[in-house]
Amino acid sequence: MRNHPSYRAFLVHRLSGIALALFLPAHLIVLGLALETAMLDGFLDWAAQPAVKAAETILVILLALHLFGGLRLLAIELLPWSDRQKDWIGWAAAAALAVGAGFVVRSFA
Amino acid sequence: MLKVEIWRGTEEGRYETYEVPSQPSQTVLDLVTFVQRKLDPSLAYRFACRVGVCGSCAMTVNDTPRWTCRTHVQKVVERGRVRIAPLRNLPIVKDLATDMVPFFDKGQEAKGRFIPSDAAATSVAEISPEDPKRKEADAAIECIGCAVCYAACDVVSWRPEYLGPAALNRAWTLVSDARDSDRIGHLQAVADDAGCHACHGHQNCVEHCPVGINPTRSISGLKRLVLMAAVRGRL
Repeated sequence: MRNHPSYRAFLVHRLSGIALALFLPAHLIVLGLALETAMLDGFLDWAAQPAVKAAETILVILLALHLFGGLRLLAIELLPWSDRQKDWIGWAAAAALAVGAGFVVRSFA
Repeated sequence: MLKVEIWRGTEEGRYETYEVPSQPSQTVLDLVTFVQRKLDPSLAYRFACRVGVCGSCAMTVNDTPRWTCRTHVQKVVERGRVRIAPLRNLPIVKDLATDMVPFFDKGQEAKGRFIPSDAAATSVAEISPEDPKRKEADAAIECIGCAVCYAACDVVSWRPEYLGPAALNRAWTLVSDARDSDRIGHLQAVADDAGCHACHGHQNCVEHCPVGINPTRSISGLKRLVLMAAVRGRL
């Protein structure tokens, strides 16, 4: 019953939203560390490990999926209907993956 | 032979398995009718026209809501088995018959009735079939009231007070009708928490509507009109 692209887009948007909610407090704590240079340097050294970078890449992709999925929803709700909106799901996913690829290149290059 | 599992009971109940001969061009409604007429006359189910017009024979077939009179067994059978249950999101009267009252009540709550103008008509309203607003209404007007969309909707399961796709689709046809005289009244009826803004856009309704209506399109249209009316202070 739920095996169709629009429902999957809803699930991705909801789950990436939860990831965003979990990420934001951690992000703010790290920003707070900037007041203590030594602690921030320690964190940045930890974050430079490949495994952490890989996790960050997944997080960046999820956040980008949430952004582009949200733009798709706004387009559906605020613009005249388009029967091509299922294509928008694909474009949103492609844009999110492109952002993730950009992050990987920037992190590991 | 097909093995047909049919829900027996009310909210409390169980699946009973019946053996039904397989026939060419057999519909799911044919299976249920065979069981009731040949195997167990106590089986309760609902149908009328058998040709996809009345919308009364909808049931859950292999976990998917469908109009059973136009669903060929060949399309849904899985390893010789078909599982048939009453529609989701509605109280069960008995076996496969659901109580449709909540579904039709929501049509009224959404103010899904035409409101004529007070003045007596002096001539027939001329509405061009090419008028863009008429086209919007026409795209949504052929609802047969089968409640398949209502049963498919997860938001209805999560929030039973939600008006649901069919009621909101009906409201959209009325706000798109140039002859209706209470556009703001229709928008007010669908603007609260249980109205159009509760829709998450899953589009289960679009995927399952047997007559090809797109309720999500109608609900999105309502969301835009409600937003514009609110910005202009008309709600």
